[in-house]
Amino acid sequence: MALGDSLSISNATKYYKKFKAVDDVNLTVNKGEFLTILGPSGSGKTSLLKLIAGFEELSDGSILLNNLDITKKKPYEREIGMLFQNYALFPHMTVSDNIAYPLRLRKFPKEEIIERVQSILKLVHLEEYGSRYPEQLSGGQQQRVALARAIVFNPPLLLLDEPLGALDKNLRKQMQLEIMQIQEKVGITTISVTHDQEEALVMSDRICVMNNGRIEQVDSPKNIYKHPKNRFVAEFIGEINLIKGEIINITDEITKVKIKDNLTVKIKTDVAQPGIIGKSMLIAIRPENIQIAQESSEFHNTIHAKVLDTIYVGDSVIIQTKAVTGENITVKVPAHMSDSRFDNRDILLGWNHKDACLIFDETQT
Amino acid sequence: MIGAKSELRIPAKRVSLALRVSRITGLKWLLLFIPLGYIMVLMFFSMFDFFKLSVFNDDGFTLQYLSHIFTTPVYLKVLWLTVKIALIVTFCALIFAYPVAYMLVRTESGLWKKVIFAAVLIPFWISLLVRTYAWTILLQKNGAINKLLLELGIINEPLDLLYNTTGVVIGMTHILLPYMILSLYSVMEGIDQRLLQAAQGMGARPWKAFIQIFLPLSLPGVLAGSLLVFVMGLGYYITPALLGGAGTPMISMLIESNINTTLNWHLASALSLVLFVATLLLLLIALLITRSNPMLKGLE
Repeated sequence: MALGDSLSISNATKYYKKFKAVDDVNLTVNKGEFLTILGPSGSGKTSLLKLIAGFEELSDGSILLNNLDITKKKPYEREIGMLFQNYALFPHMTVSDNIAYPLRLRKFPKEEIIERVQSILKLVHLEEYGSRYPEQLSGGQQQRVALARAIVFNPPLLLLDEPLGALDKNLRKQMQLEIMQIQEKVGITTISVTHDQEEALVMSDRICVMNNGRIEQVDSPKNIYKHPKNRFVAEFIGEINLIKGEIINITDEITKVKIKDNLTVKIKTDVAQPGIIGKSMLIAIRPENIQIAQESSEFHNTIHAKVLDTIYVGDSVIIQTKAVTGENITVKVPAHMSDSRFDNRDILLGWNHKDACLIFDETQT
Repeated sequence: MIGAKSELRIPAKRVSLALRVSRITGLKWLLLFIPLGYIMVLMFFSMFDFFKLSVFNDDGFTLQYLSHIFTTPVYLKVLWLTVKIALIVTFCALIFAYPVAYMLVRTESGLWKKVIFAAVLIPFWISLLVRTYAWTILLQKNGAINKLLLELGIINEPLDLLYNTTGVVIGMTHILLPYMILSLYSVMEGIDQRLLQAAQGMGARPWKAFIQIFLPLSLPGVLAGSLLVFVMGLGYYITPALLGGAGTPMISMLIESNINTTLNWHLASALSLVLFVATLLLLLIALLITRSNPMLKGLE
């Protein structure tokens, strides 16, 4: 019963007085897709969500839902379900009345309201709680009620505003899965806003990373993680090591980058074009993709580094080093592969050419 | 002695004076009971002394004063008029106060908020007597209001606004309005504005969201404010005395004349007792309403 619709935002711009909160955003969300808008606070992600919901008016641009222009529509004309950060349950109504509220507004027949409320309560595992008041429920239960209320009237689009922000860590994991299951079952197109990168990586089909009101990158979680498009995305999602270098030559898919006078590394990347030869770029490598080498032939690339510190974090050990190039490099190795012998020693760090990627160094052009 | 059982067996470190004082056993109880005693005990002693007069005279226990009140038509009329005026004033105050309080919580401009608050509170700082006399000037036959209405051609001859129920209602509503506004405001301030946004997101037009969400959630404030204004209105003295005069005697004026003019303290006491009991009954009813209605329960 896929009921999702596609959403397409073009040239959306929003000013608050003179401040540009959303800056020329173009974004298409496919039917049935789960898209997360991820960004730090002040990145414009919440403003964008409010624009989609209709709580704010666009200064410029347009929003199409299922190819219908909703730019000028009031929030109550948009037929969009929304899960608020604090759930926004009506305290003076029972759980059932809360869920029935959007149905009553739409003048559904009484029998159908009862039927729908019952079936959606079942979907969120709260069959027994219909007659309770929101304040009598736990945080997780309140959230399920809010979710039920947001989708009970079959909106084609569901908006989630920091859906898991108010829950503790264990509950968050559980609700993540639950929301994903329900979303998949119902097939509703979903846009979630969060600053929690882990949540975004776990839940989304695609992630849209925002910063300063602009979209930095839209891609699948895997691609966002493995091939960040720029420095902001690379550093915002997960840990990453950045090594400055100069492109010296490109052959087939292998790009050679000089990182020190007589030290070059090889990177397998398809973004490199002849035009970038001679340019300064950043090599980005995730800590878990770097290993400790015994000799330089083990990996495509190796670099000498001095261990500054080792931190035990349970399943792994974080080793902080200073490479010969001067950059600090963090390495994450499984706990059993490391011991404290490393402290203050020179070690050889190695990685294969497909495990790194190249990003433009915006600090110099 | 309160400080005698001090537990200052702390290693010979220097303990600050504040800490020493705070350790005095029972100090917090003392600090609670002195003001409480000041508020309750002193007042109740004198009040009960006075109330005793309503059922005791030189011959011992008697119900003659109370039965006199309930059998004399004049007294019943005054009682009814008092309740009626208090009800009208409560209603008028509610009608005027609700939009003001609503604006106070809804306006996003800090400046507007300050301006409205100032307009509500400044009359509070002006003497009650001054405000009441100001109304007598405004409401008299050739006062500002009558002049304005005549100029505008709305009326042909001046209205009787003073020394009748109209004058009393106008004056009392004006004076009790801030209490209503503040009661409503304190409850409305606690209503999450995002609930209205949520309702609109689900398809409710703004007025519907107001009726179905905001209004019910503001009812505790309506009840609290109405109760406060009504109870204060029942016992009001200066304003009805000056603006209503002999034509509209309220119970407080009757009590005053019995004490100061006819010197019938027993009857004055009985009237006070009736007022007191009526007030308590009202509070009880309000409590029962709150208890039985889930909409008004535990929302704050």
